[in-house]
Amino acid sequence: MHDANWEPRIVAFFCNWCTYTAADLAGVSRLKYAPNVRIVRLMCSGRVDPQFILAALAGGADGVLIGGCHIGDCHYVEGNLKTLRRFQMLKRMLAEFGIEDQRVRLEWISASEGDKVRSVINEMVEQLRPLGALALREQFKEWGREVADGQPVSVALGEAKQETEVAHV
Amino acid sequence: MSKPKIAFYWCAACGGCEEAVVDLAEDILGVLDAVDIVFWPVAMDFKKSDITALPDGALFATLLNGAIRSSEQEEMAQLLRRKSQHLIAYGACACHGGVPGLANQFSREQLLRFVYEEAPTLGEDGRSRPQLESEANGHELELPRLHQAVRALDQVVPVDYYVPGCPPTPKLTQEALAMLLSSNPPPRGSVLAPDTALCDECPRKSSKPSDLSFAGFRRPHEILLDPEKCLLAQGVVCCGPGTRGGCGALCVGGNMPCSGCFGPTSRVRDQGAKLLSSLCANIAAKDEAGINLALDGIPDPLGTFYRYALPHSILQRNVSQAARAETLSL
Repeated sequence: MHDANWEPRIVAFFCNWCTYTAADLAGVSRLKYAPNVRIVRLMCSGRVDPQFILAALAGGADGVLIGGCHIGDCHYVEGNLKTLRRFQMLKRMLAEFGIEDQRVRLEWISASEGDKVRSVINEMVEQLRPLGALALREQFKEWGREVADGQPVSVALGEAKQETEVAHV
Repeated sequence: MSKPKIAFYWCAACGGCEEAVVDLAEDILGVLDAVDIVFWPVAMDFKKSDITALPDGALFATLLNGAIRSSEQEEMAQLLRRKSQHLIAYGACACHGGVPGLANQFSREQLLRFVYEEAPTLGEDGRSRPQLESEANGHELELPRLHQAVRALDQVVPVDYYVPGCPPTPKLTQEALAMLLSSNPPPRGSVLAPDTALCDECPRKSSKPSDLSFAGFRRPHEILLDPEKCLLAQGVVCCGPGTRGGCGALCVGGNMPCSGCFGPTSRVRDQGAKLLSSLCANIAAKDEAGINLALDGIPDPLGTFYRYALPHSILQRNVSQAARAETLSL
């Protein structure tokens, strides 16, 4: 890619009851995993609106990871089922948009599976590397130059703010 | 006192929005009492030079329909923007990109290659692409440049008001004109239609189950539709829950599901994603195989959920590596 220092950037949506707790467990267990992930805690994976996933990709993420409770274990009974249904369709639609399959991933990780958090994140980072940067923010800017007076189109749900890069990524 | 000047113009559109203005029928006489139409290429013989000659802001309003697909359309949009106090995106294409916006599923190169080189209907000797500049009979000829993507009007110039619909209904058009001409016009940026989902005004609302559950999805030609019952309850993809109302549920009245032409309400950023979310979450199946079987009933999710709003969606267009590489080679 154009930037030799490029590192995959993953936005993760973890549910409060299972996967986020598992990520906490990974932390207190001193498990080391790739620092390429930014975790957003939600009460349930069922809260992940497909708009969030698209907004993350359009706003600069190279991949999106969703973590929820195992099927049957959802704190809200069926929230993760709703996520699974939406996710299956979103995958089909993202293929039509030309977004590679590996960029969006759904995993069931229970509160006790700290080690799975580590392995899933590490694996996803390695799968994103060969795909290269998605860099949609730059891409939209590039495409916008085509019209003389191009209006900035807000890609995210609110106004996209410039992210301050964390030193280690 | 002279009457306010109004212009109508069309860009990447089918002509249906022009038809919608004609559909005002005798009521257009009332419109003509209130305004002067000074530019309307489909119906009246005025030229671009007539507009260029006007001072900036001389037009009270321009109702522009159609998406922006080429350099010529962009130029006209900018010209009319300069000359108009109010620029109104009229119809689904100008508001959200519309059906022409579905071309954003493909890169420009893919489109040109298929249409001029690979389409099976082309004869052997017909396979050549039109050039931007050419010469014929000693004249230099120029064609507008096709943009890389289809854009909604507000992705090219600032827009003051939106009148959605494919096409907007005569009632909506009249109300929009009346609102504009009134002493108390709505704030700029308003969509001149109700900010509620279509289901709210649907005559079948009472039969919409509170626990909607899809065993599968069926297309209207595959079943005999009950003309009274909620179409979602009959397993048909109806875009009503994710679409702005204001049309009077015309399609549902004709026993056809809503296809989403009014675009989303103000609370939704991306109509397609929200429709997908709302419909797919309610599939009955609880295992992956069953879910996928139900999803097969919507063979073209992008074309179904973004039928009118692809350029205005969060991703806007095909973002594959091939499409991105093409930008670099410009």
